[in-house]
Amino acid sequence: MAELATHGAHPQGFAHQFEDIEQQRDAGRLGMWVFLVTEILFFGGMFTSYTIYRALHLESFIQGSHQLEVKFGATNTAVLIFSSLTMALAIRAAQTGKKKGHIIFWLILTMALGALFVGLKLRFEWYRDYVDGIIPGVHWFYNGPHAPGVKMFMCFYFFMTGLHAIHMIIGLGILAVLVIMTARDRFSAEYYSPLEISGLYWHFVDIVWIFLFPLLYLIGGRY
Amino acid sequence: MMGFLQSGLDSLPVAAAMMQFRPPVASSVANSVDQLYLMLTGITIFFSVLIFSIIFYFMLKYRRKSPGESGTATHTPMILELTWTIIPSLICVVLFVWSSSLYVRNGRPPASSTEIFVIGKQWMWHLQHPEGPREINELHVPVGVPVKLTMTSQDVIHDFYIPAFRVKKDVLPGRYSQIWFQPTETGTFHLFCAQYCGTNHSEMIGWVYVMSDGDYATWLAGGEKTESMAQQGERLFSQFGCGSCHSADAAGRAPSLAGIYGKPEKTQNGETRIVDEALIRQAILVPNSVHLPNYQPIMPTYQGQIDEEQMLQLIAYVKSLGSEERMNGK
Amino acid sequence: MSTAIAEIHETPAESGVNYLNVTYGIKSWLLTLDHKRIGLLYLGSITLMFFVGGMAAVLMRLHLVEPQGALFEPETYNKMFSTHGIIMVFFFLVPSIPATLGNFLIPLMIGARDVAFPRLNLMSWYLYITGAAFALVATLSGGVDTGWTFYPPYSSTYSQTHVVVVALGVFIAGFSSILTGVNFIVTIHKMRAPGMTWFRLPLFIWAMYATSLIFVLGTPVIAITLFLLGMERILHVGIFDPAVGGDPLLFQHLFWFYSHPAVYIMILPGMGVISELITAFSRKKIFGYAFVAFSSLSIAIISFIVWGHHMFVTGQSVYAGLVFSVLSFLVAIPSAVKVFNWTATLYKGSISYEAPMLYALGFIGLFTIGGLTGLFLAALATDVHLNGTYFIVAHFHYVMVGGAVMAYMGGLHFWWPKITGRLYPDLWARIAAAIIFIGFNLTFFPQFMLGYMGMPRRYAIYPAEFQVLNVMSSAGASILGVGYIIPLIYFMWSMRYGPPAGPNPWGAKGLEWTTQSPPLTENFETIPIVTEDAYNYPSEAAHG
Repeated sequence: MAELATHGAHPQGFAHQFEDIEQQRDAGRLGMWVFLVTEILFFGGMFTSYTIYRALHLESFIQGSHQLEVKFGATNTAVLIFSSLTMALAIRAAQTGKKKGHIIFWLILTMALGALFVGLKLRFEWYRDYVDGIIPGVHWFYNGPHAPGVKMFMCFYFFMTGLHAIHMIIGLGILAVLVIMTARDRFSAEYYSPLEISGLYWHFVDIVWIFLFPLLYLIGGRY
Repeated sequence: MMGFLQSGLDSLPVAAAMMQFRPPVASSVANSVDQLYLMLTGITIFFSVLIFSIIFYFMLKYRRKSPGESGTATHTPMILELTWTIIPSLICVVLFVWSSSLYVRNGRPPASSTEIFVIGKQWMWHLQHPEGPREINELHVPVGVPVKLTMTSQDVIHDFYIPAFRVKKDVLPGRYSQIWFQPTETGTFHLFCAQYCGTNHSEMIGWVYVMSDGDYATWLAGGEKTESMAQQGERLFSQFGCGSCHSADAAGRAPSLAGIYGKPEKTQNGETRIVDEALIRQAILVPNSVHLPNYQPIMPTYQGQIDEEQMLQLIAYVKSLGSEERMNGK
Repeated sequence: MSTAIAEIHETPAESGVNYLNVTYGIKSWLLTLDHKRIGLLYLGSITLMFFVGGMAAVLMRLHLVEPQGALFEPETYNKMFSTHGIIMVFFFLVPSIPATLGNFLIPLMIGARDVAFPRLNLMSWYLYITGAAFALVATLSGGVDTGWTFYPPYSSTYSQTHVVVVALGVFIAGFSSILTGVNFIVTIHKMRAPGMTWFRLPLFIWAMYATSLIFVLGTPVIAITLFLLGMERILHVGIFDPAVGGDPLLFQHLFWFYSHPAVYIMILPGMGVISELITAFSRKKIFGYAFVAFSSLSIAIISFIVWGHHMFVTGQSVYAGLVFSVLSFLVAIPSAVKVFNWTATLYKGSISYEAPMLYALGFIGLFTIGGLTGLFLAALATDVHLNGTYFIVAHFHYVMVGGAVMAYMGGLHFWWPKITGRLYPDLWARIAAAIIFIGFNLTFFPQFMLGYMGMPRRYAIYPAEFQVLNVMSSAGASILGVGYIIPLIYFMWSMRYGPPAGPNPWGAKGLEWTTQSPPLTENFETIPIVTEDAYNYPSEAAHG
């Protein structure tokens, strides 16, 4: 498939099936948007189920929400919002043709924030939940009020934050690849689509969290 | 040969042959469903024949005569497109109105229905008459009397289906579904489970015996003498000690159940609900979710202590309290 | 081969090099990025799945010759129909036309060198293969007995079989669909050749576009639904268990939110193929291009709001029933528009009857019956009686097999000369088409009657009065089985011994017929510039 030469000279990263780099960029961008639509429906199925059960068992869901530590959720929200900023700055750096060290700096910072998010989640939330015995089906010793409904709530809590965390980890993998690509001079002010569309993905994952945080941590007028 | 054709034209054997492929018509709604079915069949045949004959006509008339030949360009007249958009739409509207009004009408049980309780479990049907007799995979009902079935499942989803009556409804765990029918013919009819429920799904079948009034009375009297469902429920009521709180003289600890069935009640979380089978069930299994505002939430849950059959008996008992009260004219 | 070679406009220089012989070896196939080779990888794998699923069907029908069951224990029979359903729906019908013909043809038809994301395309195939492997391994190691619908609480709590493995297989294959959908949408939006405007696109492309929309919007929902089911089964947390506040009906809502549109994933591509075949074999422009194109889109959109018609007898509210009923009737209208437009396309055509055209005409007939019998099930009053019986089975097989599979076979016969560069024996192909048509009707028509008489589906044993019709149906199934094996034989023969086809054996229009057969890896030596509408056949009247 090395027919690159047949289309004459093209910038680095150009794929043979396209006519020009502009078309390639448009295609990549559209592809990511369409993929994000899929993602919305993916999480949408979960949000719908959550909404239905929340309506059916509101009191239990409030009780369940009280099992969570708002301070960690809030901290993580801040961490993620900040990581969206650093991601945007990485793209901005590429767009304005900054040195590659510049781009890598912002990418690594984004990765660090993402890792911090996952780390906080694991150490201070899921691990504690395990110790406290409020992981349904795995380690479950809750015997307060509304036990069945709280169990249901905790299920959704773990499914939704779990799916979100998987997306975060995939995002970290993508960022790692971007760091390597940047280090190998694959991007320029003309061509930085992979950075741009990965940024779309990263922002999307952030936005999902922005919905998860109030739905899971802040129900029942606690604050 | 001519004789055969002739008798075919007489349409008697044809009709007889057709009847072979028609399920028995044995309930008050069966004929109305069949009329709609017939209409739909007519529409299907009409349009299939129409399309098929146009295609065959074109196939013959416009077959390619020489290898190099091509078709003749035709215009797309808007009027034609509109015609075959609007006509099917109108047909659909008619069918929708017809079928929906029939469905709504057929779905409403007459107030005078006798009630029979059904429990589906892998892989049999348990039925209990209000007078007390129990049946397994058999249902005896008198002809001409509307019967309402209140059904629930002990495990997976089943479906109660009597083709001769054209009635069918899923039977779900944790809820009560209802169907009704009024048999119009005496006889024996199939009863099927129509929702796949596991290994012996196809053996979860039985018979419905529609009997004349006299035969039914004999059948009812013939079996072992049993208490009525309400009496059985009453016994459970005292066995579980429900009466120590739910009685008229235990002032204030729990609401009296006399006459409560069918009444709207406002629960703790502010919604107003009619006291029906589902609510009574919920109150027994998850009492705190529906307790009434003027009482302390002190009732323990009976989850796991009461099986589906006992639940139905308790419900029958609570219902009977209502009817006694009305009879006493309070 | 009795086909006359029609006027061939610009025969490309036969360089002798094509996408099939440009490189050799297993690796060149397993790592290929060429959409045509990936299409062939899919063709091989779905054919395997088709025969596995078909084998299960034939065994089921043989079993049902006797009311008490001729071959198996009920348990085995249940696994048989579950395997048949799961494999045919998720691993054959859903990917069939899009992943094989769609992959092969979309870039060729719109004048592109490849799809927008070739690597993603290959990855989709690997996801499909992984999912299929899970399903096959589960089948071989004991199977699954939930039916393809996986209804809880049976599937989540009571079934003793490999539900999680199969659900995981379907889940993974779902991502293959999603990525294929993303790829096609972007390809159709961004990769069209100069002059290939939206309204010059072949109708197959419109159909693929509508299908891809459903892939992207529907598939993630089934993925999350199966995820919840798997979690429920592993952890027993009670999401679908009413005893602790769960709702088994929520699963059905979510399941059908995907699985009803999935029906249109299967039939829309078939409709696209039929539009191509009807025009090519009557050498005439499609009647009502815009109506056929937009009916595809409207079917795709309506498909997302009719799922409740699968649940009329579950006890959903009367009002929900009424809304879903009226919406379901709505689907009939664009479907009718298509059938009428195809029929009208034949008018004043120059019609020839090679095998692909026989499949196309068979499709129109069977789809008409399949579609009209759908009205019985959209109508609430009759659905109550027919739901869950053989009537349903017959109805969806008329649409899925009589419709989608007929179209798939027609499309395969039509583009086979392009795919392999070789012809197959047309007489045998016509005989096979006739056998399939007869066998199909004999199998499934009696099932309409069985359903009306009240025989429930998924019954391993049944009351004796249904035996005559069941035997007829089983006889039809064996004929149908033979009908599907014949093409397998002559297609394999033709790959090696078939006479060369030339670039355009049918004298058809469309960019794919302007290339050599088989095409180059890059499809076109230079990207074509499109100056005319689709199906712009010369008019006989204009010639004189």
